[in-house]
Amino acid sequence: MKTWIAFWNILKKDIQNYYLKPPNISWGIIFPLSWTLMQLIRSSGGMNLSDIRALLPGLMAMSVLFGTTSMLAVTITFERKGRSFDRLLLAPISLSTMVAAKLSGAILFGLFNAFVPVIFASFFIDLAVISWGVVLLAVFLIAVTSTLLGLLIAVSAKEVFEAQTFSNFFRFPMLFLCGLFLPVSSLPVFLRPISYLLPLTYGTDLLGGAILGVGTLPPVLCVLILLVFAIVLFTFCQYNIRRKWIL
Amino acid sequence: MSTTGIVSVTNLSKCYGNFTAVNGISFSIRRGEIFGFLGPNGAGKTTTINMMIGLARPSGGSVEIDGIDAVKNVKKAQSIMGIVPDESNLYDEMDGFDNLCFCGSLYGMRKAEREQRAKALLSQFDLAKAGKRPFKAYSKGMRRKLTIAAGIIHRPEILFLDEPTTGIDVESARQIRHLLLELKQRGTTIFITTHYIEDAERICDRIAFIAGGNIVANGTVSELMQSVSHGYAIRLTANQNLEPLAGDLQQHFDGCTVKVDTNHEVTLLCEERIPLSPVLQYLDGKGISVFEAKEIRPTLEDVFVNITGIEAEKLKKEKEKGGVAK
Ligand SMILES: Nc1ncnc2c1ncn2[C@@H]1O[C@H](COP(=O)(O)OP(=O)(O)OP(=O)(O)O)[C@@H](O)[C@H]1O
Ligand SMILES: [Mg+2]
Repeated sequence: MKTWIAFWNILKKDIQNYYLKPPNISWGIIFPLSWTLMQLIRSSGGMNLSDIRALLPGLMAMSVLFGTTSMLAVTITFERKGRSFDRLLLAPISLSTMVAAKLSGAILFGLFNAFVPVIFASFFIDLAVISWGVVLLAVFLIAVTSTLLGLLIAVSAKEVFEAQTFSNFFRFPMLFLCGLFLPVSSLPVFLRPISYLLPLTYGTDLLGGAILGVGTLPPVLCVLILLVFAIVLFTFCQYNIRRKWIL
Repeated sequence: MSTTGIVSVTNLSKCYGNFTAVNGISFSIRRGEIFGFLGPNGAGKTTTINMMIGLARPSGGSVEIDGIDAVKNVKKAQSIMGIVPDESNLYDEMDGFDNLCFCGSLYGMRKAEREQRAKALLSQFDLAKAGKRPFKAYSKGMRRKLTIAAGIIHRPEILFLDEPTTGIDVESARQIRHLLLELKQRGTTIFITTHYIEDAERICDRIAFIAGGNIVANGTVSELMQSVSHGYAIRLTANQNLEPLAGDLQQHFDGCTVKVDTNHEVTLLCEERIPLSPVLQYLDGKGISVFEAKEIRPTLEDVFVNITGIEAEKLKKEKEKGGVAK
């Protein structure tokens, strides 16, 4: 019970202090929106409704990626810099509970971001044929793995600007490597192995399968691989936190 | 360790690379006492506290708190600790009240309980009006007070304070000392680091001096005082120049040394305690009025200077530096 109170309050504080702040919310909305417009304008001027559907998986994955990675990395680095993070390290709750609480805020924010493009798309296309259960699972797993990537960055960064730079360093290449807007199969052969080392590739594939029916890998395999990524990243981050944050 | 001990630190050390910040120190703290940890800047006070509370990993040695191995079982030990770090590290964006409530929640306090306690603490610390202001709008003294309040909101059994009175005004420092004595009365054990010797002298039951990562003295205030006892002394202030009388005084009071401090002041030093009235009578007989006669005892500062060989001046400078910088 005590652990749960602490967990919930850490989560609530992060949501109120960071995720619900206007700049972050607008970032979550404006970025996917402008990307959508760009794609639509590029696609030969005419609004083609099937284009919107085709864009949706990539847009959702991108929104989650951008909503989670840098947010967590920046907020943690910020709290570490101001030393308020010490309070969390000193709280009588296990390190993994504390880290899970920090992760949850970013994951929820990622989920919220993912559905921004869905809401826009719903004005134009019929979304009833999509298997929402799989979509939700895919979005959740993308959010978890991207958030953990953010944590990995937070563990390595000392300054807030470092956290920001590191996250961009990771996520911009991922836009192109993970099949968000270009199929992995269209990438040069030597880049493809890198694609398959990134969790986002599997998440996007899962989403593509659920929304467009064009998944290239079996969904169950994608889910399993994403889970393995999540566990490995979480364990690795915890090991690093113990080593680096408790001097 | 005595049966009433709550903390026992054994051979605790911390190295950063090949620099030894804390060099195998041992001490114990009794339940319900205020234990002072004194030393100049860089002595290793914060490093020691951080190892005790689980923010730093010892390079060697052990810390036991209330029977819990605080190195291996950090989280269990932390549940009975309250911590006031040397920097005021609450959340800038949150107001005072929310900050306190959040800290309470980290220790599993329920909403009604922590809100009630937060309110009580805000008024106890004269911060009731500032409760709805964000922490970043607090003055330095207010920040300090709120940080202390945050450290005790969950009523810890043992409270660690790292330089709680550095950089705040005299009145706030007095309030804090008062609060610590009150907490002690309710049975809280207190570990406090400071470089204000006067603070330690006023409130601590026992004191350890640390310098260069080593504990150089450790004991009750009176034990430490005795260690530098240089006999007894009386200082007299009179209505006229006492210098010409110095020789006479010395002759009359056999075994005493007379030191002329200023024109109108002399100090009599003696192996034994000096009764006042013969001295006063003698001076009266010479037609001298004495306005003030005061027995002088060694201060903790004397002890510290004596033991560590650090001159008082250097210590003062550090104090001033600390007061401005923090
Ligand atoms: N992370 C670190 N890496 C390297 N050296 C460190 C580290 N932390 C502390 N030290 C060194 O350890 C020594 C003791 O530092 P500590 O902060 O414990 O001193 P202190 O007694 O708290 O001093 P102050 O009165 O200034 O707070 C100092 O020489 C300091 O430079
Ligand atoms: Mg210190």
